[in-house]
Amino acid sequence: MQKEYKTITEISGPLVFAEVDEPVGYDEIVEIETPSSETRRGQVLESTADYVAIQVFEGTDGIDRESSVRFLGETLQMPLTEELLGRVLSGSGQPIDGGPDIEPEEERSIVGAAINPTAREYPEEFIQTGVSGIDGMNTLVRGQKLPIFSGSGLPHNDLALQIARQATVPEEAEGDEEGSEFAVIFGAMGITQEEANEFMDDFERTGALERSVVFMNLADDPAVERTITPRLALTTAEYLAFEQDYHVLVILTDMTNYCEALREIGAAREEVPGRRGYPGYMYTDLATLYERAGRIEGRDGSVTQIPILTMPGDDDTHPIPDLTGYITEGQIYVDRDLQSQGLKPPVQVLPSLSRLMDDGIGEGLTRADHGDVSDQLYAAYAEGEDLRDLVNIVGREALSERDNRYLDFADRFEEEFIDQGFDRNRDIEETLEIGWNLLSMFPKSELNRIDEELIEEYYDEEAAAEVTAD
Amino acid sequence: MSQAQETDVTEDGVIESVSGPVVTATDLAAKMNDVVYVGDEGLMGEVIEIEGNITTVQVYEETSDVSPGEPVENTGEPLTVDLGPGMLDSIYDGVQRPLDVLEQQMGAFLDRGVDAPGIDLDKEWGFEPTVEEGDVIASGDVVGVVEETVQIDHKVLVPPGSEGGTVAEAREGEFTVDEAVVELENGEEIAMRQEWPVREARPAAEKQTPTTPLVSGQRILDGMFPLAKGGTAAIPGPFGSGKTVTQHQLAKWADADIVVYVGCGERGNEMTEVIEDFPELEDPVTGNPLMSRTCLIANTSNMPVAARESCVYTGITIAEYYRDMGYDVALMADSTSRWAEAMREISSRLEEMPGEEGYPAYLAARLSEFYERAGKFENINGTDGSISVIGAVSPPGGDFSEPVTQNTLRIVKTFWALDADLAERRHFPAINWNDSYSLYQDQLDPWFREEVSEDWPEQRQWAVDTLDEEDELQEIVQLVGKDALPEDQQLTLEVARYLREAYLQQNALHEVDTYCEPEKTYRMLGAIKTFNDAAFEALEAGVPVEEIIDIEAAPRLNRIGTTAEYDEFIDELESDIQAQLEEKY
Ligand SMILES: Nc1ncnc2c1ncn2[C@@H]1O[C@H](COP(=O)(O)OP(=O)(O)OP(=O)(O)O)[C@@H](O)[C@H]1O
Ligand SMILES: [Mg+2]
Repeated sequence: MQKEYKTITEISGPLVFAEVDEPVGYDEIVEIETPSSETRRGQVLESTADYVAIQVFEGTDGIDRESSVRFLGETLQMPLTEELLGRVLSGSGQPIDGGPDIEPEEERSIVGAAINPTAREYPEEFIQTGVSGIDGMNTLVRGQKLPIFSGSGLPHNDLALQIARQATVPEEAEGDEEGSEFAVIFGAMGITQEEANEFMDDFERTGALERSVVFMNLADDPAVERTITPRLALTTAEYLAFEQDYHVLVILTDMTNYCEALREIGAAREEVPGRRGYPGYMYTDLATLYERAGRIEGRDGSVTQIPILTMPGDDDTHPIPDLTGYITEGQIYVDRDLQSQGLKPPVQVLPSLSRLMDDGIGEGLTRADHGDVSDQLYAAYAEGEDLRDLVNIVGREALSERDNRYLDFADRFEEEFIDQGFDRNRDIEETLEIGWNLLSMFPKSELNRIDEELIEEYYDEEAAAEVTAD
Repeated sequence: MSQAQETDVTEDGVIESVSGPVVTATDLAAKMNDVVYVGDEGLMGEVIEIEGNITTVQVYEETSDVSPGEPVENTGEPLTVDLGPGMLDSIYDGVQRPLDVLEQQMGAFLDRGVDAPGIDLDKEWGFEPTVEEGDVIASGDVVGVVEETVQIDHKVLVPPGSEGGTVAEAREGEFTVDEAVVELENGEEIAMRQEWPVREARPAAEKQTPTTPLVSGQRILDGMFPLAKGGTAAIPGPFGSGKTVTQHQLAKWADADIVVYVGCGERGNEMTEVIEDFPELEDPVTGNPLMSRTCLIANTSNMPVAARESCVYTGITIAEYYRDMGYDVALMADSTSRWAEAMREISSRLEEMPGEEGYPAYLAARLSEFYERAGKFENINGTDGSISVIGAVSPPGGDFSEPVTQNTLRIVKTFWALDADLAERRHFPAINWNDSYSLYQDQLDPWFREEVSEDWPEQRQWAVDTLDEEDELQEIVQLVGKDALPEDQQLTLEVARYLREAYLQQNALHEVDTYCEPEKTYRMLGAIKTFNDAAFEALEAGVPVEEIIDIEAAPRLNRIGTTAEYDEFIDELESDIQAQLEEKY
């Protein structure tokens, strides 16, 4: 059905309304041709017997009532092939790297069907990122969705790149790889050219581009296009993971720009807004992206997501981080205070969390003491942090020896455990060793989160002696 | 209507418009809440509004590519569930489609337009009648028993609404759920399967006051804020504070006969975790696999939003059916906020007048109707059964003043307030002991006195008082530091620290600590109190507080939770504490 209409009645923000006399499918793809022969693509947001509402991806400027509208009779598809690896595409999936046309093996609707919970396999394979604040205390596993909660101007991109560069699964590094390779899908939404360059340069420098597919919607690209970019990226990820057996890491940045685009469309449709002007269905909409991470029984590949978002005003109760946190399996906070103290990466572990950590660590996976060490580090650092407030008021002298020990611990934890640099890759053994070194500042009886046998095995007597000598 | 039923389509209409899950149709003769099949693919939906010739339908499946002009068929029946043996050890979506069957039919991804009955229509079950020829039976009566799982005997009931009568024949043997197992003289046939419309509560004779706790094996719940069998509880908290872990703990360890776990608009992996774990875990009382008493309903966040709206109803209807058999049922809904949001989403597509924060004006009414279906009941067949409902609430920004939390708090009697601060310090369960409450405490105390110990309430009160005192002292400490406090107050702080770290904290992931029977909960608190009493005696006798705090035995209090053989451990610990302190004066 390729009927052409010249029946546009209204153009409003990213939306175009047109009259129709034949039925049009909901979600169907539309091409609009402007009088200057430019083609814009869009999607049917509402379909009635007499008119349709169309959301135009590439912006409505230049569209007028004389423009013609064609309905393509299908929903938006992503052309898929393994050959996509190494390619750079626009935010709506067109090649922009000057390379050859994409010859798809198959096409798939970008909406993506939900994975049946009975077909999922619970994620529990440890991914070593080489970053202590993550591996030691907020472990990432294959098939997890673990966002980075950041703020504008913070080095979340450096952290994401460090993870993409260093991520390995330890046993596989040792050689018993089952033939599943690692691939990175990078979906950029509304980031600046400069940020985009940062990623591309790093990909090129490290040779990562060959095993990556890049989708680029930049800050000056149309906002509405951002609503399809992550879906194209995730459709590609699912294909590579579940048809081609890749372990795919999907980096989506910046989800905040994605949500702003949703808000813009909602406003244009005059919908009743939810909290702070964002659409009431934003939770559901975000879930249809984030839930596209995981593993499936009987398939070798996996989709792991690291969405990045900048929290407006560094406020994690803002709807974007809030709804994200309600869907994802934890979050990693990049913190402005730690950044100004010069910590690299400025990962604030206290509010960070990896919910899938517990099943991915421990004996046979990482190390038997991993969970307990992590718990104890949390407890000790939290206590040290609390005491910092108090010390500002009463001074160090007014505090007990025990309290002073916790204060010292908090300082050393930041300097030695967290501040490792963006180029430093630590394996899990090293991370845990640093952890024990720090915890051994305390007498054994203070380590109440750790199993006694593990204390006997790992407690660092030398480090303990040093502290008491001070 | 239920998927097991082949009804004749009564009337057809034509799609007028499509907008996400909401479709309007013209020329459809329908009643409110009729189930309809939408479009060429026959997507399942439900009538939610009728205005003149326009009927509005919420569709339980994705509507991409559906166009105006396609047909809509009415079944003339409301949304019902199939009730009968085979629901335990099953996992359903929000409209009771069995997810494992769907996986066999369409693979790993959920496609649309596929239907399957809620219970297997071909499977034969061994039916043992409990009535015989000549018995007079009425609606709700038990006519026989089927071993549904190793743990649960499924009682076959005369459907509510049936007239009953005199039994003409009761058949023993293997039958499918639709074969008649009992025949009445008036010709009525009773089969193992019945149906019930999900939005309507199943009838009961009388609602009673609950007096037995739903023992959860979670210290802070049983010990401080107990829930009754037949009670209602809300567990609100920001993301990552422990709602799901607490719900899973209850589903695992609560001493209910039947557990209905509704994953409403939450994560796929969390449901997978239950599917993988529960068959492996043992019921702490019977030793049977936990799955043999569990029915799962999973409508994850990325599954259609209309089916999310209906999933809590599907769950509570199944719960009522087992209640009617005389069982104590516990239903967990994670999260009721996602259900409320589904209502909001549908309501806004209908362009209804929005109430507070865009939620429909009927939000409060729907919430209370739902929680009203909980309770301890005398069933119409004279047995007693109960439904306890525990709803997670996910307030935006963790702010409890929002409409879903507030409307829920007006209804439920137990409030377990999760606290982001505690979660951040990995104090789990992150239930705030100052803000939480249980209005069942007084009616449950007699049970605890009787079953555990006569001084259960007094001991609890001592803990509450100590924690209160700590709270006040902490404010002073924030200003002057701990060492500036008088010695007795320093000691109180130390005791309170043990209350928090040893008693209130409980590691759900530790194989021993995950479940704490009421006797252990009691003895653990007793051990801390022993330390308290002995320590204050020592202080009075002039022992400096640092020395008291420093005794070797005290930190062992923290290890009770993870110790399986706790009786000996506590005996020894208590006598060591006494001895080590008395030594000092
Ligand atoms: N009792 C507990 N013992 C040990 N860990 C716990 C406990 N409760 C919560 N946690 C930890 O907190 C994490 C988050 O808990 P949970 O997933 O239950 O949060 P939630 O409130 O359901 O969040 P959301 O609203 O996002 O679903 C868990 O992954 C676990 O690490
Ligand atoms: Mg949860």
